[in-house]
Formats: sequence, C-alpha cells, structure tokens
Amino acid sequence: MIGRLAAAPGPEPAPLLPLEVEGLVVELGGKRLLDGLSFTLRPRRCTLILGPNGAGKSLLLRVLHGLVPPSRGRLRWAEPDPARRRLAQAFVFQKPVLLRRSVRGDLTVALAARGVLRRERRARIAEALALVGLEGFEGRAARSLSGGEQQRLALARAWALRPQLLLLDEPTASLDPAATRMVEAIVRDLAGRGVTIVMSTHDLGQARRLAEDVLFLHAGRLVEASEAAAFFARPSSREAGAFLAGELLA
Amino acid sequence: MQLPRRVFLALALGAPVSASRAADRSILLATTTSAENSGLLGYLLPRFEKASGIRVKVVAVGTGQALKLGERGDADLLLLHHPPSEEAFVAAGFGIDRREIMANDFLLVGPAEDPAGARGRDVLAAFRAIAASGAPFVSRGDASGTHERERELWRAAGIDPGSAARGWYREAGSGMGATLNIAAAMGAYTLADRGTWASFANRRGLVVLVEGDPRLSNVYAVTLVNPARHPHVKVAEARALADWLGGPEGQAAIGSFEVGGTRPFRPIATARAVPGSDGGR
Amino acid sequence: MGPLGISGEIGEAAVTALRLLWSADPELLAIVALSLEVSLAATALAAMLGLPLGALLALARFPGRGALVLLVNAGMGLPPVVVGLLVYLLLSRSGPLGDHGLLFTPTAMVIAQTILVTPIVAALARQAVTDLLEDYREHLASLGLRPLAAVPVLLVDARYRLATACLAGFGRAAAEVGAILIVGGNIRGHTRTMTTAIALETSKGALEQALALGFVLILVVLAVNLAAAGLQRMARRIEG
Repeated sequence: MIGRLAAAPGPEPAPLLPLEVEGLVVELGGKRLLDGLSFTLRPRRCTLILGPNGAGKSLLLRVLHGLVPPSRGRLRWAEPDPARRRLAQAFVFQKPVLLRRSVRGDLTVALAARGVLRRERRARIAEALALVGLEGFEGRAARSLSGGEQQRLALARAWALRPQLLLLDEPTASLDPAATRMVEAIVRDLAGRGVTIVMSTHDLGQARRLAEDVLFLHAGRLVEASEAAAFFARPSSREAGAFLAGELLA
Repeated sequence: MQLPRRVFLALALGAPVSASRAADRSILLATTTSAENSGLLGYLLPRFEKASGIRVKVVAVGTGQALKLGERGDADLLLLHHPPSEEAFVAAGFGIDRREIMANDFLLVGPAEDPAGARGRDVLAAFRAIAASGAPFVSRGDASGTHERERELWRAAGIDPGSAARGWYREAGSGMGATLNIAAAMGAYTLADRGTWASFANRRGLVVLVEGDPRLSNVYAVTLVNPARHPHVKVAEARALADWLGGPEGQAAIGSFEVGGTRPFRPIATARAVPGSDGGR
Repeated sequence: MGPLGISGEIGEAAVTALRLLWSADPELLAIVALSLEVSLAATALAAMLGLPLGALLALARFPGRGALVLLVNAGMGLPPVVVGLLVYLLLSRSGPLGDHGLLFTPTAMVIAQTILVTPIVAALARQAVTDLLEDYREHLASLGLRPLAAVPVLLVDARYRLATACLAGFGRAAAEVGAILIVGGNIRGHTRTMTTAIALETSKGALEQALALGFVLILVVLAVNLAAAGLQRMARRIEG
C-alpha cells in the first residue's frame, strides 16, 4: 500500500548530490542551535562532522535528512523533488531503532515503506545481512541481538534501501572497540560502493580513520570545513586546535 | 462456543434474534425476590412448562422495579404481593385481570436473646417495644412489597422510624435475602416473608419472634400487562400461566410446596379472575 | 454452616467449588459457558472498536482530541449499574430500540459489557501506541511513513501490550455484575452468569454456594489468562 507512493529506484537514479548549504539557521524554543552554516557536500565522499557535545552535529544530520526544517537559509540539492530526495537517503541513529519483530520483519517494513517490490525483498535482505556479517539472522528477534549486532542490522537496513547518501549519527558511541571496528569496516565498505557518507562523531581516532572531508562544529557554528588531511595537519581555528589537543571534549 | 455468532448478533443489534424469538413460546414473568428466593417458582414453573409447552423466564426484582418493567412493556406477567400498588397499576391502565392466587405471611424475626422483649406480642406492640428499646432493626428500604408493608406497620404503631436520626433503624436498600444476611450479622430485628425465611440458610442467631397476627398476612396476585398498551405482550401465554396458577393443578402444587419442613404458601384462588378485588384484607 | 470461622468457611467453599466442577453439573457448565461467551464477545467487540480508537488518539491530531482522551480515560471508571440502566432504557420495549426485543437476552448483556470494556481497551491501547511511537517516530519518518500510514506497524509491534489491554477488558467484563443483572435479568437457563448467580446465592443466604461459584469464576478467569499467556509464548517462539 505504501509502495504506490514511491517509484522503485531505477538502475540509474538521478543524482542527489552535490548539496549546497547556504546560511543554515535552526532555532528551537527561542535558542539558536545552528547559526549560519554554509558548506558543500560532494558526492561519493566520506564527510565526518566533528565537534564537542552540544555543537549541533546530530541536529545538522537531522536537517540534512529532512527530519527538522531549517528556520532560515537554503539547502540546494541536485535533486529537485523532495520525495525523491528522501528515497535516496538512509539514516542510522546512535541508538538503533529496531522494530519489535524478527530481523526479516524489521527489514521488510523498511523495504515496503520505500516501495521495494515483494519479490525483490528476500534477495535484498539476504544480501544486506551478508554485507554486515549477519547471515542467517533472518528469524531472530531484532531486539534480542547484542548492541553491536543491532547497529550492524541498522546498517544492513540502511544499505538495503540503496541510498546515495547515508547519514550516521554517532553510530559507535555506545559500542565496545571490537564492535566499533566492525561498524567502521562496514562504513568503509559502503563508501567503496559509491555511497556518500556523512557521519558525526566525537571520536578523533575514528575521524582520522574514516574522514575524507571534515565539518568542524562548535556551539552551533561551522568553524572549519576542509579536507581531512589539511584539517588534522593544520587546523586554522583556535577551537579546532583545542579540540584536536583534547581540550574541548566536554 | 457460539462466539462469532454472538458478536455478529450484537453488531446487527440482534434483528435476527428478535425474529427467531418471536416464534418460540416463552413469556417473561417479573416477580419479587421473595417469590423467587423461596424456591417456589423453581418448584411450580417446570410443572407448568411441562403441561403447556410455554417457557417462563423469571426476572426477580423489587416490587417497584417489577411494576416499572410492566409499565414499560418489558414483562408479560407480574407476580407481586403488594395489593395497593398492584391496584394502582391496574387503575392506571398498565395492567389487567389481577388475580389473587396464594398467601403466606410475614414474620418478625430477630435475635434469640430478644433484647426488646418482642416475642409473642401482637406485631404493633412488638414494633413499639423495638422502637422503645432502641435495639437495631433492619428495613428492606427498597420500596418492595415487604418494605411497604413494614412502613404500614410502623404507621399503624404510631412510630416514624425515619424521622429522627435514630441509630437503631437501618435501611439496607436490598432484597429479602441480603437484608436477612445483614440482620443476622448485626443481631437485628427485621420483617421477613415466610417463604424466604423458610429457605434461608444463613440464619445464625435469628429466630421467629412474632407470627400469626392478621396484620402480617401476605397476599400474592398475578396481573397481566395490558396488551392494549403494549401490543407485543404475549397475552395468551401469560393468561395461560395465570389460569394454571389459579386452577386446580397450580393451586394443588402451591399447597404442596415444602421448604425447611414447612409449607409456606396457602392457595387462595377463587374460580375466576377477580378484576379490582379488594385484596387488602 | 457450623461455627468454623472464616478460614473454615472458605475451605469448605473451595471444596464445594471443586466438587461442583468435578460433577460437571450441566446447569453450572451452562452458566460458565454463558459467562465466557458474553464476556469474550464483549471483549472482542471492544477490541474491534477500542484498538483503532486508541491508535487514532495516539497518532492523529484533531480538535477535541484532548477532550476525547480525557473522556476515554474517565470511561474506564464507568459505573456498571449506570451503564446497565442506560442500556435498559435503550432496549426497553418503551425505549428507542425496544422493537428488537433484546432486553433480557445475552445480546443485551454483550452490548452493556462492550460499553464498559471499550474505554479500557482504547485507553490502554492509546498509551501503548503513544509509548511505541516515541521510540519509532524518527525511524518511521526516515522511512517516509506518515504516522497514520504507520498504524499497522504500530499495532503489530504493540501486540503484547494490546493483548494485555484486552485481557484487562475481559477481566472487567467477567467480574462485572451490575450491568448484566439489569439488562440480562439473571434468568435461569437463559441469562444467568457466574456473577449474577453469585449475587443470587448470596441473597438467598447460601454463602458457601456463592463463594464456591466465586472460586469457579476465579478459576475460569485464571484459565483464560493462562491460555492468553500460552499463546503469547508460542507467538514469541515462532518469531524466534
């Protein structure tokens, strides 16, 4: 019933990116949480959003995904149709939201919502679970999995939707080091398959391992937007320097 | 389990039910708890049903509620024991062909120790003694036939138990059995009908203190719900039950009903229906 | 009944209850069957009405929604006697639905109990769906599902709490006497249920018999809950 709303993505979908953000402002409850951000997201890049807690990283991801409307400013996507933009994106939350169903049931709801035809779903599910190392988990209750397995399932679900842009909100914040490495490997794998990645983290090591581009936020302002190598070698702002020196973690 | 059918019926507001029920020969008899609780109807009605093929559904409520059921056309026949209300019911055009079929009597029951010294007196003297002693008395308090009779007795005794905030007079607002349960628990006096008393199991310390006074006679009569007012009333079937109760078979069965070692009901029907009989006696 | 004291009386009643069940007395079995039939039918109807209503109240935003939520929550405390009286006035021969001849039938009892149970199911369903929605909201939005399109997903995923809501409704129906006494009339062999039979035996002073019937009622409600718990466990196992 949901499938009718959304055409199944064809073999060569229209490009979603690049995205040009101009003067993005978000105000909630009278407080300015994002303050005049301007930057460009390039396709097929892995962009890490860095910054201390409360800098506005999660909020920025939600604005990009259309979950929170901007108060001011413009987001200029290559794809003009908002419904198609949503279809070309997937989101992975810090705490994975899994349905109270089997792994297969959870993935099926997502695929059905995105208009994937019934006969294609089984193969998509098997392939996505294989990608994240959860082969044979179809019948397990989604919420009975371990924390790391749950986040990998969330990644499988995101990949099953065949997004051009994958947004990840601190996906490893509550995982142990082993699970974190597995998630990073999957993200790298997806980037290698041509998915544009935008991921927030406050883990500097993770940023060094994954980032091609960096957006550094501080107190709702975009302090630096640069390529990763340049950012880590010579941060141009005082805040980024302090952050890299480990003085801005709080 | 007829669950799906019942769900469907309730959904359809039972239109099919009413059609099927119209065909079966059954009537609804509204009566007082005293007639039902004594077990008399459980003894009489199977005999009538066997003889006539008419099924009798009994709804046992207080006299006031039974009269209301008749007034609204929710019953086919009434079996009650409060002549003044029944006569008013007929006079108002709600009922027809009232016919007295049996009698028993009321009893004053109370604790065996009898703190008020009511034992063996005539009932008015006993009521005065209870009021004077301040020993607890439980009233039905439910506008039933028994309650109406009790109020008449207080009036005749010249006492208004409800006037002052007298701790000794308690209104239960309940049926006969429930009122006896309360009286038994409190060690209180109460007015009961012999039928309920004879079959009542939970007497504890209660005994009969006053009986046989002519003021305690208790007459039961049947009244048909007026078909001119409620055309759907099953008047032929209802009349069949009234005639059977008043006829030789029914009268003999009433006289032979036994409970707790006594025969609480006396058959008193005359040969024909007596519309507007005086009934007060 | 001898001077046994409360524990002795309860013990005797329990023995009588077991003896009644063991003897499979046809009248008792008919009473148990009717009680189950009426209460389960009322619960099923209340579920059909209350579950969608609860989901609607959790998901939809419309004027008067707050008042309706308040009304449904307050409806959980509807006095059975008042509901019985209202249904009586509705179904009475002199009432608006009198022509159907439903008064003093099991159908009338189902109607009255449905009115009593629906607010319980709806209120508990609303709370269950609200809690679930809090958890799912961003994910469903990310998938592009509008809240109303997500109703089937939410109802399926809240199934255990919704089942509990229905069991609470069934408990209310099975234990209720005030409404069915008025609209059913406690007619022997026709509309007599366990609760109205208990009221009758109590009024006859047959306390042991009344208490024994009470034990039977408790056993039956327990059996229904056990069956529901068993079904849930089976469902969980099938889900893996």
